[in-house]
Amino acid sequence: MLDVAITNYVALSATIFFIGVAGVLLRRNPLIMLMSIELMWNAANLLFLAFSRMWTNDAGHVFAFLVITVAAAEAAIGLAIVVIVFRNAQNVDVDEVASLRG
Amino acid sequence: MIAFVILAVALIASAVWVVTAKKPVYSVIGLLAHFAALAATYITLSAEFLGVVQIIVYSGAILVLFVFVIALLSSGIDPFKAGKDRMPKAAIPSAVIVLGSLGLSAYALVKVPTVGPRPSVAALAARAGDADAFGSVADFGKALFTVHLLPFEITALVLMVAVIGVILLAGGEPPPAGGPKRAERVRREMREAIVRAGDE
Repeated sequence: MLDVAITNYVALSATIFFIGVAGVLLRRNPLIMLMSIELMWNAANLLFLAFSRMWTNDAGHVFAFLVITVAAAEAAIGLAIVVIVFRNAQNVDVDEVASLRG
Repeated sequence: MIAFVILAVALIASAVWVVTAKKPVYSVIGLLAHFAALAATYITLSAEFLGVVQIIVYSGAILVLFVFVIALLSSGIDPFKAGKDRMPKAAIPSAVIVLGSLGLSAYALVKVPTVGPRPSVAALAARAGDADAFGSVADFGKALFTVHLLPFEITALVLMVAVIGVILLAGGEPPPAGGPKRAERVRREMREAIVRAGDE
């Protein structure tokens, strides 16, 4: 909408981003952690589009498109890792899967 | 403004639902609501094409992938019986971090001046009428294939790397059902059988 100041979008985006941060910090189910990461990607995207609208510049749209692609790739690879970890350990608790911790 | 407030409340509520839901399937439903509200927000920002892409790619592809993995992991045994979440231990530091960051961004918002004028309503309305309307498929496509060709090519590269990576990671031969212990037993039995055959 035209009558919403950019600061509102920035605040909304920051709020969603930090909800995602809290999800990654607090949950130990890797699937929910991946979904929280998706929330963070989308908060960044919202900001891209809000600023793009502010300046009527298409660059924000193009880079939001790039972000969507990278998020999709990240989700695919993250889920593949979850699947093989589960296949090998029969457990996907991120605190239990610690064989790479050293 | 009213639309923005409604969408913002929906976005924040569904995001909180994603993070706090007990089971991952509920999180997926929350994420679905979040993406729907986000697509609506994109459309209010006159990014129609990206709103549609959001629905197709996220709700159509990524969420389905999540649901498949949840179904795959939940069949047979319950993988999510392990310990509790780190809620009690990490809740207070995380709350401090989150609130501090929010306060910081609010401070920055107040302090940093706006960098330039927003386009006037009349200018935007004038653009909305023609075929080159801001955020339309034509406009987006023109930008993507002329000025911003490099990000587009990088997008293709990222997708290729992701496909190859996933095939390498998950495309291997699965171990026998029952996990590593059963695999070890099968191997031992085979070894013993070979030894016996050698004795005879």
